[in-house]
Amino acid sequence: MQILWTPEMIAFFLISLAILACAVMLLSFQKVIYMALAIGGVFIGCAALYILLGAEFVGISQVLIYAGAITILLMFAIMLTNHEAVEPEARWTVRRVFSALGCLALAAVLWFVIRSVQWPQGDAATDINQGHPNAVAIGLMLFKTYTIPFELVSLLLIVALVGAVILARPPKEGE
Amino acid sequence: MGGAGAIQVPATSLLALAAILFCIGLYGALTRRNLIIVLVSIELMLNAANINLVTFSRLGASPGLHGQVFALFTITVAAAEIAVGLALLLAAFRTRRSTHVEDMDQHKW
Repeated sequence: MQILWTPEMIAFFLISLAILACAVMLLSFQKVIYMALAIGGVFIGCAALYILLGAEFVGISQVLIYAGAITILLMFAIMLTNHEAVEPEARWTVRRVFSALGCLALAAVLWFVIRSVQWPQGDAATDINQGHPNAVAIGLMLFKTYTIPFELVSLLLIVALVGAVILARPPKEGE
Repeated sequence: MGGAGAIQVPATSLLALAAILFCIGLYGALTRRNLIIVLVSIELMLNAANINLVTFSRLGASPGLHGQVFALFTITVAAAEIAVGLALLLAAFRTRRSTHVEDMDQHKW
């Protein structure tokens, strides 16, 4: 396959290198708090990838929700539990070997499938935002086509957050 | 940038990146000992799925915004999931004084 060294391709390679490096660091660090920092790097890399693909709104949401909220929430959880926790030294137990082999096999299968399928290319020149800015187009689609899923997701968020507060609250005396 | 104009990155590379990220997340979820890191690995897998959704929204057979909207819904559900997961983790830590998966084996048969 001929690789065209366009600026987009170079940006894609740099971003994916950063994402994979952060993901590998996530698994190789011993201290839990460093792992939380590495996952922040993965999330920011994904946001850059979305912006490269022309999905600006999803990219910004990714930075706000994942890199901002979820990473900070993870840090809080680490601080509130035993924050000096370290992963035990990596030993090649049977379970670990089988996990690694299974993941490698899955990766190989996915790779062969991706390589062998002729992905149909759509008309790349179509304007998927239909003339609007990306955020406007997504807003129109959310409130016209996807109104009911949008409302259901807001209900899910309320239930999840109230449930999280109730679960994490310390039990009262005499309960 | 934006909606118009062809993008030069082949869809195959993006899908391969998402597949590798998914496998790294799966390996982390299967082997790590700390519950927080298991949750983080699951988030990694969700992110890999999101990359696929946004890729197909741009480079799929019929480009459209549906993939991006679906990715937004996934992000929302992932946020709800991590909030509930961390609350459960804090509740478990209060009774067990530990966040390791081996200490959560009371219901194992």
